[in-house]
Formats: sequence, structure tokens, C-alpha cells
Amino acid sequence: MQENNIVIIKYNAGNIRSVDFALRRLGINAEITGDSDRIRAASKVIFPGVGEASGTMEYLRLRGLDVVIRRLTQPVLGICLGMQLMCNFSEEGDTECLGIFDTSVLKFITGKVPHMGWNALENTKGPLFRKLGRGSYVYYVHSYYIPENKYTTASSIYSDRFSGAMQHDNFFATQFHPEKSGSTGEQILKNFISL
Amino acid sequence: MLAKRIIPCLDVLDGRVVKGVNFINLKEIGDPVEQGAWYSDQGADELVYLDITATHEKRKLLAGLVRRVAENINIPFTVGGGVNHIQDADALLSAGADKISVNSAALMNPALVDQIAKSFGSQFLVVAIDAKNVDGRWVVYRNGGRLATDRELFEWASEVWMRGAGEILFTSMDHDGVKNGYACRELAMISDTLPIPVIASGGAGAPEHFLEAFREGKADAALAASVFHYNEITIPELKKYLKDHDIPVRA
Repeated sequence: MQENNIVIIKYNAGNIRSVDFALRRLGINAEITGDSDRIRAASKVIFPGVGEASGTMEYLRLRGLDVVIRRLTQPVLGICLGMQLMCNFSEEGDTECLGIFDTSVLKFITGKVPHMGWNALENTKGPLFRKLGRGSYVYYVHSYYIPENKYTTASSIYSDRFSGAMQHDNFFATQFHPEKSGSTGEQILKNFISL
Repeated sequence: MLAKRIIPCLDVLDGRVVKGVNFINLKEIGDPVEQGAWYSDQGADELVYLDITATHEKRKLLAGLVRRVAENINIPFTVGGGVNHIQDADALLSAGADKISVNSAALMNPALVDQIAKSFGSQFLVVAIDAKNVDGRWVVYRNGGRLATDRELFEWASEVWMRGAGEILFTSMDHDGVKNGYACRELAMISDTLPIPVIASGGAGAPEHFLEAFREGKADAALAASVFHYNEITIPELKKYLKDHDIPVRA
């Protein structure tokens, strides 16, 4: 395997550090940058996020990062808000997003919000979920969700079934936080890194 | 299905983990990072670090400790104590905290709840409420249970929810340290009224108490300290017990 050059996209969001720490625990040194050339040159790109959709999209657009991300051809992993921003549209702030996944992000209207805590993964498929047992638990914190759709590669149930993870070509995404999901999350990150 | 969370609470004083009984008689028992990692390996779903002297002595939590925890532990953790300004919240977020818990500062300046929720999102903000039944009225206390306020538990819980709190950590001071079970009736009232998660705190002495907190108290998570610190209950056996009683828990 060619040497891994992992980039974590830096933008106005929280928890970027958590992703970096999680990778370091796996012995991987990632570069945290908002520089378009560095992002394009990476062998893998992680697009993490805790934050608000409209403000984040505005931040990305102002720096041209929306176009950069959309055109990436190497494996990309969107996490939480990152996954939501990869969709067409989010009800959070009525935001036009990146349009990588042709689907929309909705607000939870039943159950306690945010959906916070450990939930089981079901119907997992694809390379991110290699070597995981059935019904593995992962950690979620979110108030908006993506219903199941043709890109869904894992689901969880909160009132209804929703997309825990999605994939379209080289774009992977998880609604949960692998960086906070114990050994299950570590395996998922390892799986992404070894793609 | 969303699992009920088991949360060991590590009370931190001068960088060491301690646990007081009824908030006094502090006893030193260990390194916060080592203990956190140990609990994570045991199957804890989340950790809470509370700097119990921060508000009292006007000290700030050491961002360095938070950073060390974030570097070493692969489950979410909340940090509380001494968050008085939005800058304190920002510093803890930057150091790697997943959530912060605000108690006294919110009582003295309720707008802080709005500010933190607006700046960093409700998911980042836990409001901790210490309350005690005084002649039938649940009075909210501040400064680690030292000072009574004129707030009433249920009104205050609703107010912080409206201001943007993402979660409520309710400690019954009457139950804390007594090991006779959580304040389930009050927990259920909060949980039924508010559309945000509620963490039960104060009173765990046996596995049944956790079961009651989830069944009768309708809590989303249960927090405990001494029963875990002194190995009176281990997390794997607690989770097995809860699972056997049909409570969804993370294996």
C-alpha cells in the first residue's frame, strides 16, 4: 500500500481534535489543514464536524472548499455534520449543501433531541464495517438525520430507521462518531485508513 | 435501539480523583486519566469529570487535564466545574471535551446557557442541577451544594431546556451518598416533561437502583461514583443485570 497521507479538513467546527487524537491512538499522524492543495494531494480525507449547517457551508463556500470537497476522487470520510453537509439540502438553517448524496437532511420531530448516546448498527455493508460483530454499538450526538436511502450502508433506529452510514463511490460517511465509539469506532477508522 | 448509558463520575480535586460523601470528607483515590481509561475498558458509556472545587475557589479547570483525557480515551466525556464564561467553554472544547457541564454559573447568569448553546450547540451543554427537598419543595442549590437558591427544581429544569441545554444532570442531594436509590419520582417528572435526555445522579448503592432509575425514573443515563470507585458494583456485572431485566445497554 502506498504511504498514507491523511488530511483532516480544518474548518469552523468542533471535535476536529478528537478525530486527530483517535487516529494518533492508532499510530496515524494526520495533517489538519484547510488548504485546498494539501486536501487535494491527500491519499485520504476526513471531513469531521460538530456545528451548525448553514454557518459551516458559508465558511466552506467563502474558501472554495465546497468545490474542492465535491471533486475529490480519493476516499473521503464525512463524520456527523460532515455527512449531513455531503447531502443536497439540510433543514438546519434551510441550507443548500454539497450535493454528493442526492438526499436531504431532516430534523428529528419525535423522541428526545438530540439523539444522544450509543445505538446499535444494523444491516451494515461495505468496507467500513469489515471485522465488526453484529449489532455493534456506536456513539451518536445529533438533532438532524438522514432517512434510509439508496446510499445507506448501515442503519440505526431512533423512533424510525435512519442512515447510520452512507457511501457513494469514493465518498463514505457516518452519522455517528467513530472517534468516540470505543473499539468499534477504532475498527471503522482502521477500515477507512486501509481502503 | 438507543442504549441506556452508565456513567462513572470522577470528582477531581487538584488533579486527582476523589469522591465525597454528601459533598464532604474528600478522599483521594487516583489519577483521572488512568481511572477514565480503566472505566472505558470496563464498558463505561461515557465519563463525567467534575472539578468540585473549581467554583468554590474560583479556579479554572486545567485544560491540560482535559487534553490528556481526550488524547487517551476513546469514549465521550463531559467536563464540569468552573465554567463561568463562554471563553471557559471554548477552552474546554478546544482541549477536546465532548460536553461541558454548567451548574452554579448558570444559576448566577442564566444567559450563559443561551450563549453556550448558541455558540457551540445544545449537544455540547449539560446543565447540572443539585436539589434538595425542603419541606416539600425541591430547592436548587449552588456552589457544590453549599448555597440554597430561590429556584425550584422543575421550573429551573424547564428554563434551562428552553435556554438551550442539551441534557440535564439531576443530583438529589437527599439521595447522594446514601446508597438507597435515586430520586426516581423527580427524575420521571423531569424526563416526562422535557424533550431532552436526563442523567440520574445521587443514590446508587445496588444494581436495582440503576434498574429503577431507568424504569421508574425514565432516565436516559445513570451516573454514579463511589459504588464504581470502590468496586462495590462493576460495570460488566451491572450491564449484565440490566440486560437480563430487558434494559437496552451497550454490550
